[in-house]
Amino acid sequence: MTVHHIVGASVPRKEGWDKVTGAARYIDDMVLPGLLYGATVRSNIARGKISKISFDPGVAWDEFILVTAKDIPGKNCIALILDDQPCLASETVNHPEEPILLLAHAAPHKLRKAVEAVAIEYEPLPPVHSMEESERQSTIIWGADNTFKRYLVEKGDVDAVWKEAAHIVEGEYFTGAQEQLYIENNGIIAAFDPKNGVTVWGSLQCPYYVHKALMALCGLPEDKIRVVQMETGGAFGGKEEYPSMIAGHAALLAIKSGRPVKIIYDRTEDMVATTKRHPSRTRHRTAVSKDGKILGGEIEFTIDGGAYATLSSVVLSRGTIHAGGPYYWPSVRIRAKAVATNTPPHGAFRGFGAPQSLFAMERHMDRIAQAVGISPVEIRRRNFLQPGQTTTTEQTIRENIDLDRLLNRALELSDYAAKKTRFAQENKSGMRRKGIGIAAFLHGAGFTGSGERYLNSLVGVEADAEGHVRVLVSSAEFGQGTNTVLCQIAAEALGLPYESVAIAQPDTTVVPNSGPTVASRTAMIVGKLVQSAAKGIKETLTKTGLLGDEYTPEQFRAACREYIAAHGALKSYARYEAPGDVYWDDEKYRGEAYAAFAWAVYVAEVTVDLTTYAVTVDDFVALQEVGKVLHPVLAEGQITGGVAQAIGFALYEKVVWQNGRMINNQMTNYIMPTSADLPPIRVFFEELGNAHGAHGAKGIGELPMDGPAPAIVNAVEDATGIRFRSIPLLPEDLFEALGPAPLEQDAPSSTRGTA
Amino acid sequence: MKPSPAASAKCEVSFIVNGEAKKLLAHPMERLLDVLRNDLKLTGTKEGCGEGECGSCSVLLDGMLVNSCLVPVAQACGASIDTIEGISAHASMHPLQEAFLECGGAQCGICTPGMILAAVHLLEKNPEPALAEIREGLAGNLCRCTGYMQIFEAVARAARRRVRK
Repeated sequence: MTVHHIVGASVPRKEGWDKVTGAARYIDDMVLPGLLYGATVRSNIARGKISKISFDPGVAWDEFILVTAKDIPGKNCIALILDDQPCLASETVNHPEEPILLLAHAAPHKLRKAVEAVAIEYEPLPPVHSMEESERQSTIIWGADNTFKRYLVEKGDVDAVWKEAAHIVEGEYFTGAQEQLYIENNGIIAAFDPKNGVTVWGSLQCPYYVHKALMALCGLPEDKIRVVQMETGGAFGGKEEYPSMIAGHAALLAIKSGRPVKIIYDRTEDMVATTKRHPSRTRHRTAVSKDGKILGGEIEFTIDGGAYATLSSVVLSRGTIHAGGPYYWPSVRIRAKAVATNTPPHGAFRGFGAPQSLFAMERHMDRIAQAVGISPVEIRRRNFLQPGQTTTTEQTIRENIDLDRLLNRALELSDYAAKKTRFAQENKSGMRRKGIGIAAFLHGAGFTGSGERYLNSLVGVEADAEGHVRVLVSSAEFGQGTNTVLCQIAAEALGLPYESVAIAQPDTTVVPNSGPTVASRTAMIVGKLVQSAAKGIKETLTKTGLLGDEYTPEQFRAACREYIAAHGALKSYARYEAPGDVYWDDEKYRGEAYAAFAWAVYVAEVTVDLTTYAVTVDDFVALQEVGKVLHPVLAEGQITGGVAQAIGFALYEKVVWQNGRMINNQMTNYIMPTSADLPPIRVFFEELGNAHGAHGAKGIGELPMDGPAPAIVNAVEDATGIRFRSIPLLPEDLFEALGPAPLEQDAPSSTRGTA
Repeated sequence: MKPSPAASAKCEVSFIVNGEAKKLLAHPMERLLDVLRNDLKLTGTKEGCGEGECGSCSVLLDGMLVNSCLVPVAQACGASIDTIEGISAHASMHPLQEAFLECGGAQCGICTPGMILAAVHLLEKNPEPALAEIREGLAGNLCRCTGYMQIFEAVARAARRRVRK
C-alpha cells in the first residue's frame, strides 16, 4: 500500500474551482418557477404595544401575500434554547427592527414601497438601552430581573487572599458590538406542498438548527421539513441562529401562497436587523504577590444580550470559562451574567464570548505588570498555566503545553526586545509614536462541558459501486475549509486519493445530524467521527473478505462493486462517544470545560500618528499551537482572516446605536479593514497534537479572534502611555485622551488613565 | 401579456459581454449588475452592498474596473463588458484563478469573482506589481475571510507566471 500524505498537505479546496470561476451557486443565484419575493415589515420603536396596523389604500394589496402572527400554524417562536423569541411580533415589540408582518409579490421592485405603506401604531413602553440600566431593574423588560443567565465559578478561597496580597489591582474593560459583515447577505428560499411539507434552501451554518425551528413554527413532523445549505458566502457565527428566523418567514409566506418564496436581505437590512457580537463589560480585582504571582481574584463578566435570550447563555458560558486566560489562578470567583436590553438580540460571532473576556484579561495583565513593576513579558511568564495545574474551572491541564517556550518564540519572531528598546528611544521626538504589545490566550475546542454529549453527533461515509466515497455530514462549508479537511481525513483513513472522496451538499434528507458548524468543533470532533466512519467502510470490506489489508484504488472499487451487488448500500456511521476523562458539572460550573485548548501568543506593533490620531498596525506575529495542522494553506487562511477581523474589532468597527437601533448600517459608515489597512500578518504554528481530534487536530477557527485586540491596545499604551480600556479604539478616542497635538519635544508622559 | 406602463419604458440595450454581442430590453436606469445576473444569467457577479463599497460586483467595462451595482445599464450601451464567466471561459484557467486556488485566495468565494477581476485589471495595467501596488490595486474590493494575505500571494504568483510566459 502506498503511503498517503493527504492530511497535512495543501490539497486543492474541494469547491475551489467553482468559486474562482464564478460557477458556485449561492442562494441569490437560485431561481424556481413561480417564485415570489418576500419582505419584512419591522418595528420602528424599541419597545411598545402594537395598537393598530393600517394599509395605505394606494397600494394594490390584493396582489400581495400578507402574513402575520395569526398565520403561524405551529408555535410563534424561533425554537433554539428558551424559545422566547417570536417569529413575528403580535402584541408587543421588544426591539427596533423586530419582524411584525411579511409581504410577498412576484415583482421584487414592488416590495419596498409596500413595506413603507404599512403603518404600525404603538403604545410606547419605556425601553432599556444599556447594561447598567438593565442591571438597575427599574424597568423590567425580560423575565423577573432582566437577566437571561448567570454563572458562578468558584475555585479556592478568594476571600482569604486579599490580606496576603502585595498588590491589589483593579480594572474595568469594555468591548463593543461588532457586525459579522459576511460579504454575502442573508437569504433563504422556501417552498411548500402539502405532501412533502416545507423545503428551504439557504445561506446558513447549521441545517439542523433551522430544521428544529421550522418543525416548531410550522407544526410539522421531522420528515416534512427539509433544509438544504447552499454555498454560503461567509458566516462567522452570523449565520448560526438568524437563518432560522428568515427560513421561518419564507416558509410562512410559502405555506400561505403555495408558491416558492425568496427572501434576500439587502446590506442595510442585514446590518440593522440581524445579530452582532455581544457588547461586554469586565471588572477585575486581582490579588498579586510581591514577585508578581496571581494569588486570586474576582472577575465580573457582563454581556448585553439584546431583547431575547437566543444564544446569550452559551456565549456567556464561553466568555466565563475563558475569563481567566492562560494563567494559573490558585483561587478565583467569576460572576457572569447576560442581561436584556431593547436592541436586536446579539448572537454568535467567531470567538463567542472569549474575545470579550480575553480582551479584559490581557489588558489587565499589563496593568498588573505595571503595579508590580515588571515587564508585560515577565508577568505572563510568572503566571502561565503549567501541565498538571488546573484552570479556573479546575480542569487539569493534561496537554504538554509549554507557554513559556511559545512566548519566547513569539518574542523572537517579532524581534520584541530590540523593538521595545528602539521605540523607547524614537518616541522621544517626532509626531509618531511606536509601540509593541503582546497577548497570550487560549481557546477551547468543541462545545463547552457536557455540550458535545448532548449534541450526540452522527456522521456517515458511503461508497458507491464505482468506488466513489462520499462524506455525509451536516457540517457546512462557508469558507473555512470544512469540505476539504473532512475529505482529506476520509481519504487518508481509506488509503484512497483525495480526488476519490467527495462531500454531500448538506441536506437534512441526505446527511445525518453531525451538529452545528460552530465552536471550532468541525476539524476536531466531526473530523474524528469522519475518520471512524471511513474506517468502518474499510472494515466492512475487509471483514467480508472483499479487500485485503493493502489495496489499490482499483481493488477498492472492485470490492465496493461486489459488496453492493451482494448486500446493497455500503454505508458506515459513527456516533460521538464522550471520552471517559471529560467530566463536567453544569451546576457548579466545574470540571473539564473542553476536550482540548488551542494556545497562542500574538505580538502587535503599532504606530500612533499624533497628527491624525490614527493607529496603524505595522507588523503582526501570530504564533499558535493548534494540534496537528491538517491543511497548512487553509489553516494559515483561518489565522490571517481571524486576525484581520480582530484588527477591525480593535480599531475600526464601531456600531453606532440610537435608541437601540444601529444607525450606521452601511458599508459606507461601518468600516472594516481593506487590503490597504492591514499589516503583514505572519502566521506560525507549533504542533503538539491532541488525543481527541482526528490526527491530533484541535479547533482553529475562533482562536485568532481572541488575541489581536488586547495585543494592539497594549501596544497603543506602550506607544502613548495611556491606559485605554475600551474597544473599538478610534482616532476620536485617541484625540479625546491625548488632546490637541503635542509639541514636537513632548515625550509621552507617565501612564495616565482614561475616563 | 399586455404591456404595462413600466414595460413601455424599457429601451433596447446592446453591448458585448465576454466577447459576445448581446441585445436586450431593459430600463435605462436598471443596474448593470441586475441585467447581468437576471437577464443574462451571469450569476458569477455578486451583490455585496449595493452602494459601491465592497467591490463584489466588479466587472470590466471597456477595460475599466467598475462596480456594476453603480452603473445604469444605459451607460453600458455599446460597451464591452468582461465578467468572471468571461475570464474563465478560456480553455485553460486564467493564471489568476489558478493562483487563487493554490494560495488560498478564495475562502467563502463570494468576493472572489470581483477580486479576480480587480486583479486582472491590475495586472493589465501593471504586469509586475510590487506588494504595495497590489494592496492599493485591490483596496476597492473587500474580503472578510482571508485577511487578504493569501490574495496578495496569489496575485504576485500569477504575475510571475504571466511574465515568465
